[in-house]
Amino acid sequence: MPIKVILISMLIFLANSASAALNIQHWKSSNGASIYFIENHDLPIVDINVDFRAGSVRDTKQKSGLASLTNHMMVLGSGGINEEDLANQFIDIGAQLNSSFDQDKSGFSLRTLSEKRREAIDLFTLVLHKPNFDNQTIKREKKRYIASITQSETMPESIASKAFMKVLYGEHPYALPGSGEVETIKKIGKKDLQDFYKNNYLSNELSIVIVGDISREEAEDLAKKISIGFPGSKIAEEIPLVNYNEQQDIKISHPSKQAHLYYGAPIIKRGDPDFLTLYLGNYILGGGGFVSRLTQEIREDRGLAYSVYSYFMPFLEAGPFQIGIQTKKDQVEEAKKIIQKTVSNFIKNGPTQKELRRAKDFMIGGFPLRLDSNKSILEYVSMMAFYKYPLDYLETFTTRIDRITAEEIKSAFQRRVDMSKFSTVIVGSE
Amino acid sequence: MNFLKLVFIFCLTPFLAQADQNVQEITLKNGMRVLVKEDHRSPVVVSMVWYRAGSLDEVNGKTGVAHVLEHMMFKGTKTTKPGEYSEIVAAAGGRENAFTGADYTAYFQRLEKSKLPISMKMEADRMQNLVITEEEFKKEISVVMEERRWRTDDKPKAQVNELFNSLVFRAHPYGKPIVGWMNDLQNMTYEDAIEWYKMWYSPSNAILVVAGDVDTKQVFAEARKYFSKIPAYEIAKRKPQFEPIQNGSRRAVLKAPSKLPYIQMGYPTPTLGKDGITNKKEAFALEVLVGILSGTSSSRLNQNLVKKTSRAINVNAGYSMLSRGGQSTFEMYGTPSEKVSVVELEKYLKLELKNIVDHGVTGIELKRVITSVIAGEVYQKDSVMGAAMQIGQLETMGYSHKIVDDYIDNIKKVTSKDIQDVIEKYFHDDALTVVTLDPQPLDKNKTPKGRPHAH
Repeated sequence: MPIKVILISMLIFLANSASAALNIQHWKSSNGASIYFIENHDLPIVDINVDFRAGSVRDTKQKSGLASLTNHMMVLGSGGINEEDLANQFIDIGAQLNSSFDQDKSGFSLRTLSEKRREAIDLFTLVLHKPNFDNQTIKREKKRYIASITQSETMPESIASKAFMKVLYGEHPYALPGSGEVETIKKIGKKDLQDFYKNNYLSNELSIVIVGDISREEAEDLAKKISIGFPGSKIAEEIPLVNYNEQQDIKISHPSKQAHLYYGAPIIKRGDPDFLTLYLGNYILGGGGFVSRLTQEIREDRGLAYSVYSYFMPFLEAGPFQIGIQTKKDQVEEAKKIIQKTVSNFIKNGPTQKELRRAKDFMIGGFPLRLDSNKSILEYVSMMAFYKYPLDYLETFTTRIDRITAEEIKSAFQRRVDMSKFSTVIVGSE
Repeated sequence: MNFLKLVFIFCLTPFLAQADQNVQEITLKNGMRVLVKEDHRSPVVVSMVWYRAGSLDEVNGKTGVAHVLEHMMFKGTKTTKPGEYSEIVAAAGGRENAFTGADYTAYFQRLEKSKLPISMKMEADRMQNLVITEEEFKKEISVVMEERRWRTDDKPKAQVNELFNSLVFRAHPYGKPIVGWMNDLQNMTYEDAIEWYKMWYSPSNAILVVAGDVDTKQVFAEARKYFSKIPAYEIAKRKPQFEPIQNGSRRAVLKAPSKLPYIQMGYPTPTLGKDGITNKKEAFALEVLVGILSGTSSSRLNQNLVKKTSRAINVNAGYSMLSRGGQSTFEMYGTPSEKVSVVELEKYLKLELKNIVDHGVTGIELKRVITSVIAGEVYQKDSVMGAAMQIGQLETMGYSHKIVDDYIDNIKKVTSKDIQDVIEKYFHDDALTVVTLDPQPLDKNKTPKGRPHAH
């Protein structure tokens, strides 16, 4: 699971200087949906992604897992068409329907050949507007959720990540595991799914991104079609503020060969003015793979682990700064000391000029790689759309990166990253 | 960054599905081959060097050395320090990584197009001037052991798979884990890594694949400049290795901390011949069979065992029609639902096969596989990396990249009868291997409870 998180965070944070060439057309639908369109006829493909503010942050402790189950059930039967027929109708035109889910958002994407776009889009809108939430299917999928939850309770990585979020977020919904708990899943019924859908799949909170072989006119029609079929357009509820004050160290035993260590605290939310500075700094500290300080200290110099990383994962409210490592049990305390020393040294002194130059070279020089396919453009622009980034975000990205100084990174880390508040979770300690 | 390990790369149909008429190729005078595919949609390039050396070529006592060498390739050359190239690639805004499979080891960089020479210079240097010191080796072998613990030792399904392969392949090297046995890693020396490097990293055993926004002629010129002067040496003759015919089913149980049981079962099956013709009919029938059984929410295993009857939490099938080692298995895996044992799930999986033997597959099912493959061909064009991967894998395994040209035609030719024939010929109990996971409590003092166990 940490791997998945890393991939997601890479997608979210990275940007591209070719943005000038990436012509994003943007408009709002009459009922408030936000639409982003990138026209590109190189390949006969149309990609569409829609995101709702309906992630696990909308869950309650009593029925945790409801948001995820709703997302999951949305693709399992619509408009009276049963699950099997619906899947076959997509397959018969070579179209692909996918769903995605995280703390903040519930998303659905469609990939279709442009020649089949009309049929595909009809099916896609049906999926978004008319979920069946069929009782038999709900019953079966609940069982599968429960099986998967009980299995994850035996896996050290899952145990660690769940415990870590619990320690960081306490009573805040970010502490709730996305797939829920055995007891909370059992309580969820059809009515819950229908209500959740009605209250959270709102057209005015909806972002739609369209990429590929389709005209502006058609894109407008399509966006209209998608945005007008939702139950309501009320104002979405605010997400509660994160209130983290109790530092904790948790150890959980496990018969695994390796111990899994998570270390960090909630720090930063989307749109925070310090974000880019912290992000660039973290590339040097632990985000930059082989060339990061943490990898150098832990892996290259000492051979203590296969993977060690740090990242900021901003949410709609304060997301975690997290450091993770897996290492042989008897090495975990040593690894933790080295991690602490490395982080504290970075906070105290900031990066060197040489490190800063290289980090900027990586961000700026690698710019075109971020958006080198329709799929990556779709993912990137969807992130911008969901978090309401300014339209010129990509265009100005490299300039903003280039302006950041070592002193600013040091200052941002000193102001924002307080190690004395970091919590630790170790699963599989001796 | 991770070192990937590609074991089940060719499970699903869209893999081969790209007609690429525009791959250009030259062979340098030292025998190194260079293949280029232009794609001008974005100003990026993917460069990959593939070596025809993987765990397939390892010997007992030294398993895992192909993968260890892959790690050591980042540890410096005569003129560069350990990690220096990683810094250079990163400072060029590039991404790099490497992966080891049973059939090959490959290194790649993704770069803005003007930076391609950085990749060529680096790969040419470490192809001939790698330095493996005892000191660097000692650190890196610990990293690899951590990798093994993480990938396999703490993952019950990965352990099941390791045991499964070692049961199916007793003589053939596919029975050995790519990452190596822990004991072999513990006893490996830096000399073993050097020996491997000197055995297989000749330019005559390497293929350079470049895809992206490049000019083919210019790539050829650059490739000549950097690689053609590297002296080639003779690669040891590879002995043909074949697994003896299996006479009688093989079964094993693996115990590991887990809540749910799990089953992996399979039968030895033919692979497509390197000429693209031998075994073609059977290999494509198996390829279509996988597409009918598994891969989408409406495929048979999902529909019949997960959705309609709730007998399983999940089930999948896999088959590799391509392999350098000439051996393959058709496999099915799954987690039974509560109150269903692995023994029963095995029975249900076999019934799905028997059902096809008795009644065939429908024309609609065949058509769905074809539709997915045709659409998959178009979708794959969106990925430059995917194109480079495909060319490299095929060529390293000993196939021509051109076999993709009639892939769709071959899929279209498969009939229900062809599928029935391969099932009847290969899927019989005497050729079956089954490994099941017997879940153990996390706390060793507690005995497992609540679920039927199959032994």
